[in-house]
Amino acid sequence: MSLLISSPHAHGGDSIRANMLSVIIALLPASAVAVYLFGWLALFLMMLCIAGCMASEWGCLKLMGRPSRIGDGSAALTGLLLALTLPAAVPWWMALTGCVVAIVLAKQVYGGLGHNPFNPALAARVVLLISFPLNMTAWLVPMHAPMFAASLPLNLYDFSQCWQLFWFGPEALGKGLDALTMASPLGHVKTEWSRGVGAIEALRNYDYSYLDAFLGREAGSLGETSALALLLGGMYLMARHTISWHIPVSFIVSVYMLATVFNAVNPEHFAPPLFHVLAGGLMLGAFYMATDPVSSPVTPRGQIVFGIGCGIITWSIRTYGGYPEGVMFSILLMNCAVPLIDHYFRPRVYGK
Amino acid sequence: MPGLLERLGGLFGGGVDLRSLISPGGFPGGVHPAQMKITAASPIVQSPLPPQLILPLKQHIGQICIPIVEVGDHVLRGQKVARSQGYVSAPVHAPTSGTVLAIEEHAVPHPSGMGRQCMIIEPDGLDEADQSMPSLCDYLDEDPAIIRERIRLSGIVGLGGAVFPTFIKMLRDQRHPIETVILNGVECEPFLTCDHRVMLEHGDSVVRGLNVIMHAVAAKGGIIAIEDNKPDAVDAMREAIARAGFEANIEVRVLPTRYPQGGEKQLIQAVTGRQVPAGKLPLHIGVICQNVGTAKAIHDAVCMGKPLTERVVTISGDAVPHPANICARIGTPMPFLLAQCGLRDLSGVRLIHGGPMMGERLPRMNVPMVKSTNGILAMRAESLYSENAQEEPCIRCGHCVEVCPVGLVPNELAWHCRNDQFDRGQEYDLFDCIECGCCSYVCPSHIPLVHYFRYAKGQVAHIEKERAFAELSKARSEARDNRLAREQAERAARRSKVRKSGAAEAAADASDDTEAGTSGAESGEKAS
Ligand code: SF4
Ligand code: SF4
Repeated sequence: MSLLISSPHAHGGDSIRANMLSVIIALLPASAVAVYLFGWLALFLMMLCIAGCMASEWGCLKLMGRPSRIGDGSAALTGLLLALTLPAAVPWWMALTGCVVAIVLAKQVYGGLGHNPFNPALAARVVLLISFPLNMTAWLVPMHAPMFAASLPLNLYDFSQCWQLFWFGPEALGKGLDALTMASPLGHVKTEWSRGVGAIEALRNYDYSYLDAFLGREAGSLGETSALALLLGGMYLMARHTISWHIPVSFIVSVYMLATVFNAVNPEHFAPPLFHVLAGGLMLGAFYMATDPVSSPVTPRGQIVFGIGCGIITWSIRTYGGYPEGVMFSILLMNCAVPLIDHYFRPRVYGK
Repeated sequence: MPGLLERLGGLFGGGVDLRSLISPGGFPGGVHPAQMKITAASPIVQSPLPPQLILPLKQHIGQICIPIVEVGDHVLRGQKVARSQGYVSAPVHAPTSGTVLAIEEHAVPHPSGMGRQCMIIEPDGLDEADQSMPSLCDYLDEDPAIIRERIRLSGIVGLGGAVFPTFIKMLRDQRHPIETVILNGVECEPFLTCDHRVMLEHGDSVVRGLNVIMHAVAAKGGIIAIEDNKPDAVDAMREAIARAGFEANIEVRVLPTRYPQGGEKQLIQAVTGRQVPAGKLPLHIGVICQNVGTAKAIHDAVCMGKPLTERVVTISGDAVPHPANICARIGTPMPFLLAQCGLRDLSGVRLIHGGPMMGERLPRMNVPMVKSTNGILAMRAESLYSENAQEEPCIRCGHCVEVCPVGLVPNELAWHCRNDQFDRGQEYDLFDCIECGCCSYVCPSHIPLVHYFRYAKGQVAHIEKERAFAELSKARSEARDNRLAREQAERAARRSKVRKSGAAEAAADASDDTEAGTSGAESGEKAS
């Protein structure tokens, strides 16, 4: 750079680290809910993923001879996000594989922070889902899920039981994976659908409750179950201007609208809108994954287009696709379109 | 496909900015930097005369002035010492009475640290004024053309920092009548308080100056725009308007504080709700903008016959022990002013010419204040952000897009500029950037975005100049080739004439002329 020093000579004080930190803070309520539901397992998984991602980042940068960037918190955030998208019962080595995929393949290979076209945590999760479909859709029965509390086969607040389960798998406790898990609401609706059972009937025989879904007392991955906790964090992020409202609002609203229209046409067949909004990873995806700055559009109008695209794809996959959940695929697909969106949806230039 | 997308793009609020729905008339984007207006309550103090005044011969946008006095001449305060050259120009006047010591190159306040022709004047301490310019107290009876000429002769330029010769902005164009004159009392830059103090202490002159401008451009209304962080200035201006009896056509407009509201185009949008169309001037939508300091200078020039020889400067910054607002003669060396505020040792100190958002970092200290100097900030090196920032990779957070008042995509633009893709840069509206610095101010990755834009603008200008030069040289060399060819043809023609006189050899030597080319052959034929 030349010796000329350009204005401005003042700065607002924002930094990458502050941005990452505020997302981590925003994820605290959801992490707390994860611990509440899955006990020690949640803690183990989160710690392992954070450590795994930070170690991978450190190792990569060391190998490439670049200065360490561990302090900026981006690797830690990736780790936390990855953990929150995992089912509680995944084996430790699978989580660790996810960390390496996220940092090495999805981030550093593309040139490191700021150059990854996909959200690293999300990309890693998809790789895991495709490679280990069984483990990645086996939802551990959470503590406090009202209708299952009685039949819960193990106490997740018991350190030694969780320790065993975490490192050696359910076999160490003399149980099969099936005995510990249940279907998620989305998975259940999908299975029933393929059997020719409509959404209303499916929800009835699942004993589905909107309140439980809102509070998070249902099956799902670590951090996706509680819409309330995720909303709280999302509000915090918007209040702090770390993210803008455009992506989450357009994402959630478009899922809601689509579901409303189809549900109105045939309520027997299509799941109701509120179910869609509270189910699966929508809240987590809309507030924390789709808004990942690096892999989402920079212009406000582009962000709205991006959010709507995510919403449409999510609803379509959930309804017609082979997977019960479509949030992460929709975000990854829309990530591919970001350069195009950024090019065509620029703000209006003054006077033009 | 692209066409469809383009149209789709228009659908999502292409023309509507949601924020403008919330606050009608506001401009989009902007930031709220810490105010730091330490000197807001410090009355303007008069600076003593320095031992030497250094008067740059170019203090405006446009061509440099030509000195009309000689070394050794005695000059009076307000005497014109350099005349303007070309249309866009403003003459320079002696700031006090004294002797011209030299006319030579001297460092001027410029970010490159370059030197320029300056006139060095040694004050004689008498401060005798040149009385030759009569005051035009009854300016309302004067022809607007005479008022404009007076403003031109008084060397008045925009004192807000743009230093565009003021009289040019006031030219009347029958097709575009001016409806409103907006007086810019926004002063949105942190630290600066000179306009604020001028409004408080010279309110009557400001209002009178606004009225002069309105008369000169035949505008019906005047609006004095002030941000709501200066309630005392709002009151002062309202009182001054009442005193002058102008309530009917001049109003004070209070705007919510936001940087860069003082930018001409942003202010027009904030006040009128309209944008100046690309490639047009404010007068094309019926408004002109002037700074409050300029209005006072216009008042002094028209009503008191005093050319522009002094202005108010805010001296501030964390290295200055006693920040102040000082009224000083144009050409006063900056160290002389800083010393008055208790700052004598300039080591480890960085000077900024203007405010922290748009001001220029000065590589040389011993430079004079000029007409555009609204503030001099002396900052300790360690507290100067621009010097200590560590650039990190862009994380595409979009904050820069959000705050850009012009609607650019700074991260994209910077990417192209940094990679020397100037065509792409221009596609991303490089030249619409007003260099307000909002984008750099919010960037979490500390990317010096504005620096890249300045660099690219400079490079494009340079390339354009080279292209023009290349075209000129091409034209020259073509002209030369043509001339040579013509001369050769003429020689050939003369020769063939000579040969014709000796008719016998003519046919045998015809092949000699092939070298002269076709034109030679042609003229040869014509000549025969
Ligand atoms: S503010 Fe900085 S980091 Fe964010 S998009 Fe703009 S240039 Fe990139
Ligand atoms: S400096 Fe240019 S690009 Fe940056 S915010 Fe201001 S106008 Fe926009």
